[in-house]
Amino acid sequence: MEALFTTQYPVAKADYVSAGKASQDIKRRLKQLGIGGDVLRRVAVASYEVELNLVIHSEGGTLTLTLYPDCVELNSVDVGPGIADVSMAMREGWSTANDEARALGFGAGMGLPNMKRNADDFSIQSELGKGTVIDMRFHLPGWQGEQT
Amino acid sequence: MTIKDMADILSAKVLIGADKLDIPVHTACCSDLMSDVLAFVDEKTVLITGLTNPHVVRTSEMLDLKCLVFARGKIPAEDILESAEEQGLAVLATKLTAFTACGMLYEHGLRGVPVPTAWDDGEEDG
Ligand SMILES: Nc1ncnc2c1ncn2[C@@H]1O[C@H](COP(=O)(O)OP(=O)(O)O)[C@@H](O)[C@H]1O
Ligand SMILES: [Mg+2]
Repeated sequence: MEALFTTQYPVAKADYVSAGKASQDIKRRLKQLGIGGDVLRRVAVASYEVELNLVIHSEGGTLTLTLYPDCVELNSVDVGPGIADVSMAMREGWSTANDEARALGFGAGMGLPNMKRNADDFSIQSELGKGTVIDMRFHLPGWQGEQT
Repeated sequence: MTIKDMADILSAKVLIGADKLDIPVHTACCSDLMSDVLAFVDEKTVLITGLTNPHVVRTSEMLDLKCLVFARGKIPAEDILESAEEQGLAVLATKLTAFTACGMLYEHGLRGVPVPTAWDDGEEDG
């Protein structure tokens, strides 16, 4: 199905001050288009977690929002360092977050499991020395494109 | 209970949202771990926290929370309060520690969010 729009958000490594602003914008945009309730909250939670991971764990990357008439797609691509053991990283409570991230309330090791739980489709590909790609989809039953 | 009842019980200052005191509060969550909050909480929950950084407010926006309580006399910076106001959050500040604040709210009948645990035995526990 053809995308209604797509927006890219560059996310910088260790930029704790701005971290979360892309997700804030994503949530506000989708809300303006009449997407709300449970699905919007799931998108927002997953988006926040994936964005914070880019800030905390990656060398920087891009978060992309794409809206289709029947789903929201979030895609995160970073330039490294990649994850050595993805199945370990997917476990609740497993984290390599530094003290700075922990002081802000992150590093509980719940981010990736949270994304998986909230997204209708979730996939992660990671290669050490290269980077990590995460794709998430959220179905929009009953939302038939923008009203405007 | 309502946000107003909570403010009374905790002798809290209403920093933001004096017009939102009638909103009912169904459950509470006390945490400084934003990922735990993002994992378990829904919009009818009040968040009690000792963290006063911008992520507490951004996390609240992601979850559509209606009320935040800052414990142990901590008051967040002005710009953080401004973004809370923009979002339509009610923000309370109490001198009580998080432990005592939770205890008092519990005593008045407020309960935790049901949360599945890693060693789940099929029963949910707040
Ligand atoms: N984009 C990423 N790049 C590199 N490592 C990552 C990335 N995302 C997650 N990780 C790794 O996976 C672990 C678990 O992530 P997560 O579940 O979000 O927990 P947390 O962020 O609290 O550590 C992280 O501690 C980190 O080691
Ligand atoms: Mg994380």
